[in-house]
Amino acid sequence: MAKELLEGNVAFAEAAVRAGCEAYFGYPITPQTEALEHMAKRMPELGRVFLQAESEVAAVNMVYGAACAGVRVMSSSSSPGVSLMMEGLSYIAGSEVPVVLVDVMRGGPGLGNIAPSQGDYNQIVKGGGHGDYRPIVLAPATVQELIDLTFEAFDLAEKYRCIVIILADGSLGQIMEPAELPPMRPVRKAEERPAWALTGARGREPNIISSIYIDPVEEEKFNHILMEKTSRIEANEVRYKELLLEDAEIAIVAFGTAGRIAQSAVKAAREEGIKVGLFRPVSLFPYPFERVRALAENVRSILVLEMNGGQMVDDVRMGVEGKVPVRFYGRMGGMVPLPDEVLDEVRKMHRETMAEPAEAGR
Amino acid sequence: MTEPALSETLVYSRPQALRPVHTHYCPGCTHGIAHRLIGEVIDEMGIREITIGVAPVGCSVFAYNYFNLDFAEAAHGRAPAMATGLKRVSPGKIVFTYQGDGDLAAIGMSEIMHVAGRGENITTIFINNAIYGMTSGQMAPTTLPGQKTTSTPLGRDVEVHGFPLKMCEILSQMDGAAYIVRRSLHDPANIRKAKKALRQAFEVQRQGLGFAMVELLSSCPTNWGISAEAALVWIEEHMIPAYPLGDYKVHPAIAEKAPGS
Repeated sequence: MAKELLEGNVAFAEAAVRAGCEAYFGYPITPQTEALEHMAKRMPELGRVFLQAESEVAAVNMVYGAACAGVRVMSSSSSPGVSLMMEGLSYIAGSEVPVVLVDVMRGGPGLGNIAPSQGDYNQIVKGGGHGDYRPIVLAPATVQELIDLTFEAFDLAEKYRCIVIILADGSLGQIMEPAELPPMRPVRKAEERPAWALTGARGREPNIISSIYIDPVEEEKFNHILMEKTSRIEANEVRYKELLLEDAEIAIVAFGTAGRIAQSAVKAAREEGIKVGLFRPVSLFPYPFERVRALAENVRSILVLEMNGGQMVDDVRMGVEGKVPVRFYGRMGGMVPLPDEVLDEVRKMHRETMAEPAEAGR
Repeated sequence: MTEPALSETLVYSRPQALRPVHTHYCPGCTHGIAHRLIGEVIDEMGIREITIGVAPVGCSVFAYNYFNLDFAEAAHGRAPAMATGLKRVSPGKIVFTYQGDGDLAAIGMSEIMHVAGRGENITTIFINNAIYGMTSGQMAPTTLPGQKTTSTPLGRDVEVHGFPLKMCEILSQMDGAAYIVRRSLHDPANIRKAKKALRQAFEVQRQGLGFAMVELLSSCPTNWGISAEAALVWIEEHMIPAYPLGDYKVHPAIAEKAPGS
């Protein structure tokens, strides 16, 4: 298929359609409403389900219900709406049904604004709802990645019977870029729904989908199952991208749109002769800790760039284990850092690094 | 000399739609009767293998253990939304929610209003016992004025706590509602009427007519602090005057064939 000019929100919605998503439930919220509007037109046209819910609370529970029936189902929203979905996500995790959600983050806290932000990192990556669970969290930086990761998210959700969240932001949702859509996959036939699904107890014992284990012994056993699943995800699903890290003395770590901005800063710094590279985690859970650890062995300092007050930086510090200095630069409240601001930070770090012997920096 | 063989006629057995298990419900609670009636109706309609239930949070949180049906357990109040998701992707199945008054009329008010508004093709069984049973006796949205609960120890003062919500009266205003009726489980005659209403509520769904809800006035002797028998009298003397029994909305396609319930 050829590349076409696609808006992020429309692109991920269409990618979901092509991944065989059978049902979409959502509630309008800027800056992701175009996704809902695309689904409103596209899903009925294909004989699939689109329903505008009365709230994000209802939307996530509709998603939960449809997921129990064993179909590919999704929702999308933005930060305040995703907060409302946290209860449902905890139940979904506690019931082990596959669900895909796209969070097109905006400025916060509270009602905040509709500008791009990465302020939901902690909420999304660390679980968000009550109890011990981790969704797979994937952070695209381009419309193409947004398409590819959304398309793949449905397979991952079913493989692990878990939640997969695409963590995008208002910039990525609204931007138009040339990108290529995947070919259309067929929707799963009704008779091919998974054995655990609620399809009516015909010729078998009833299926029950529940997140309640009233006996703590049983609840702990179930938590162990979730932990074991988490470990498998950590072993198999780590993704990241790297740029010019081979000889780098300074590494910038940034995800999503911040990663894209960092890329411009890296190129500008290289032109000034500063050896800087970019490490861009794509899977935020599982986090590429091993690679960050290795990075700390090879660079003299690390700059974490985020569009928040410093959330992923905690994970970077966890991976670095104090081996090299970790500096943070962020803009908040919907403000997007400019490459020049990042370049200034890199210059400062470069000066500091040059002022001390190489070994001392380690 | 051998005894003559006794001839045996089976006049009563457990519906297939119920599992042969004991429930956790308190003695004198009418949840068991409601379960039984639903089980009988599902059997009689021959829909056990295509029916999916959605259990609430509240005393009937474990309803899925008692029905011999596919079942999901919803978050508190969200059963109608969950049922919507299930039904929309499985239009050929029969989907019902089973909800108490706190679940349906307090925390889940938004969800129940909107399934009625959408005319969602599901069936809701609404157990109204005017109290929170599972958390041991706090005020429900349906608690009567003056009624003592653990969170209204001096009785529900409408100046402070407001007035009871009358769900049949509210939901019957919705264009998408096809069948909204209130029945009571306090005596055999009313139990028979309740069963007929449940049958109609599932028929409404089978025919795709829209949202159907049967409210069942129910007892909670444990948290009302009276005997099982006195609780049934309390339904008749106190609940029915506040929550009149009757048909609040009946779709014309069903009304024509109504068996005079």
